[in-house]
Amino acid sequence: MWSTRVALAATAALAIGLTGACGDGDSAGKATGAGQGGFTVPKIAARQSLGAGEGRVNLVAWAGYAEDGSNDKKVDWVHPFEKQTGCKVNTKIAGTSDEMVTLMRTGEYDAVSASGDASLRLIASGTVAPVNTALVPNYADVFPGLKLKPWNSVNGVAYGIPHGRGANLLMWRSDKVRPAPTSWGAVFDANSPYKGKVTGYDSPIYIADAALYLMSSRPELGIKNPYALDQKQFDAAVALLKTQRGLIGEYWSDYTKEVQAFKSGDSVLGTTWQVIANLAKAEKAPVEVALPKEGSTGWSDTWMVGAKAKNPNCAYKWMDWIVSPKANAQVAEWFGEAPANARACGLTADRKFCDTFHATDETYFSKVRFWTTPIAQCLDGRKDVKCVDYSKWTQAWTTIKG
Amino acid sequence: MDDDQGLTAVAAARPAPGPRRRAAAVLHRRPRLRLTLLLSAPLAWLVPGYLGALAAIFLTAFWTTDTFTGEVVHQYTLANFQTLWDEPVYRTIALRSVGVAAAVTLIDMAIGLPMAFAMAKVVRPRRRPYLVVAVLAPLWAPYLVKAYAWRVMLAHGGLADEVLGPFGLSGPGYGLTATVLVLAYLWLPYMILPVYTGLERLPDSLLDASGDLGARPLRTLRAVVLPMVFPSLVAGSVFTFSLSLGDYITVKIVGGRTQLLGNVVYDNVGAANNLPFAAAVATIPVVVMLAYLAAARRTGALREL
Repeated sequence: MWSTRVALAATAALAIGLTGACGDGDSAGKATGAGQGGFTVPKIAARQSLGAGEGRVNLVAWAGYAEDGSNDKKVDWVHPFEKQTGCKVNTKIAGTSDEMVTLMRTGEYDAVSASGDASLRLIASGTVAPVNTALVPNYADVFPGLKLKPWNSVNGVAYGIPHGRGANLLMWRSDKVRPAPTSWGAVFDANSPYKGKVTGYDSPIYIADAALYLMSSRPELGIKNPYALDQKQFDAAVALLKTQRGLIGEYWSDYTKEVQAFKSGDSVLGTTWQVIANLAKAEKAPVEVALPKEGSTGWSDTWMVGAKAKNPNCAYKWMDWIVSPKANAQVAEWFGEAPANARACGLTADRKFCDTFHATDETYFSKVRFWTTPIAQCLDGRKDVKCVDYSKWTQAWTTIKG
Repeated sequence: MDDDQGLTAVAAARPAPGPRRRAAAVLHRRPRLRLTLLLSAPLAWLVPGYLGALAAIFLTAFWTTDTFTGEVVHQYTLANFQTLWDEPVYRTIALRSVGVAAAVTLIDMAIGLPMAFAMAKVVRPRRRPYLVVAVLAPLWAPYLVKAYAWRVMLAHGGLADEVLGPFGLSGPGYGLTATVLVLAYLWLPYMILPVYTGLERLPDSLLDASGDLGARPLRTLRAVVLPMVFPSLVAGSVFTFSLSLGDYITVKIVGGRTQLLGNVVYDNVGAANNLPFAAAVATIPVVVMLAYLAAARRTGALREL
């Protein structure tokens, strides 16, 4: 009896917890009308004008987004910004989107380069404020295909400035892995000859990589969107990752750790970002990267301003700077992603860069599944089933790692 | 009492004692006030800062977070503990963590006891301070530096592989073995020092007497040294066990895909932003350590700390 009661209480509490977003917002007296995706949007005003810079700006960024020349002397767009605006940049590198959400919620940071699996959570919790794009002159040159998307706007209100987009890639040691892999099957094959030397991304969102692979390897599951998984599809993805666990040497979220592991040969095959491959190559590790034939998961990042930012003027200046043609070209080339500013394509060191990364190719990006926060309401439009939400993804991730 | 009265009488005979002297007299007459004043500063730190934090952890464990926005929902529920209990993975992780802590403790005892014995009884007294410094020296190097040094040594083709290569063996690679190895290295001084102190207090005459009565070295160790030094061993094990039980950095650096309780807490705080669940997980090591301390208390080891 007791356990039934506890279970009931737990279910009730969970139900309350799930609808809590609305309740909390209302009680705080900051809620307005319902947004898309079934959450209420806290009412926070965008800035109407900009003042003088505060002298500093604190950023939460992905590795490679705010380079100051410490990794490579030639790769530096932070110092020119500091010189021009007088805003000193403090960067905190985050390894996962979850970490970004946590860091931003402390209120100690002014701006964040949020991916699609973090941006809506930041908006819904009132952690970030809407962005007045009129105060960001370079916004005019951003590709229309990136503006006012579901992950960077709510009800037509912009919440950030698009930074760039790209795909998660497959990396391997060219001296150890032969022939060169062309499919994600290489990291999921239970009989892989590279057992114990495979690596995976240490975040619940990595479950989507397994789901993406299942889309082509087991079409009967009917997965249409790797972030909209019903229970059966989710279980299949989790089972695949549990098999993969036997092959994994270590999971990575710290990019320096992955660089070192590939350099020493402790990892020879696994998922990566272009910037990690660049760093590994800079350290003379014989690695190659490719976009596998199944397509890939990927990211479309947005610079957002904290609702409690202490240095909002410098944060706006930074947002304008990072999407300015020159800086956007630099960051896109260093990180290995498609730039957001259309004029950046004319300023890249490699003339064909924008073609290589399909910057203007919207059909290509229709094959890349951008990170999105999974919610109970299926993102692929199915109404007859409930999808598995992100908290279940988090718990499943602990179970997968065992 | 007689002395006291004599003093007060002298003080009274003198004209107008200063305020300091009067305060001293008040404190002298009221032992309770004296004790309160003496303890209030440490208690002010201990109760809100230390026990308060523990209580806060325990309370938080009964809340949940809104999964989408990550805000804490202040609603009493047992859901976190229910998940901990129902999901076998957490039991596995808890048992693995206790196993690692126990293994580290045993290894440190096996290395620490002979080491401490050599320091206290074999080496000439003049050289002892040097050995103590040698044992303490690694504590001055930062934790992360030592752990990363081990990561490089245990890497594929690293020092471990090179040393073991001629014997047809290879290093353990990253994983549970590496974690136990590195933790045992990190916490060894915490085992050696209390055991060394315990052995220093063991009179040499007892060892001589045991020998005179015909006991061989092993018998002396078993019948004389071990019983005398047992509380010190337990005291050392409290350090090694609790430090290993809470560690999450070493296992991140050399543990490969292994996760321990500390990682689950860290992932839930740092990554998943689920403080209540992290708090629920954090109660496990607290409970384990309380049980361990209760057992240690029975051996009288806590007096050695």
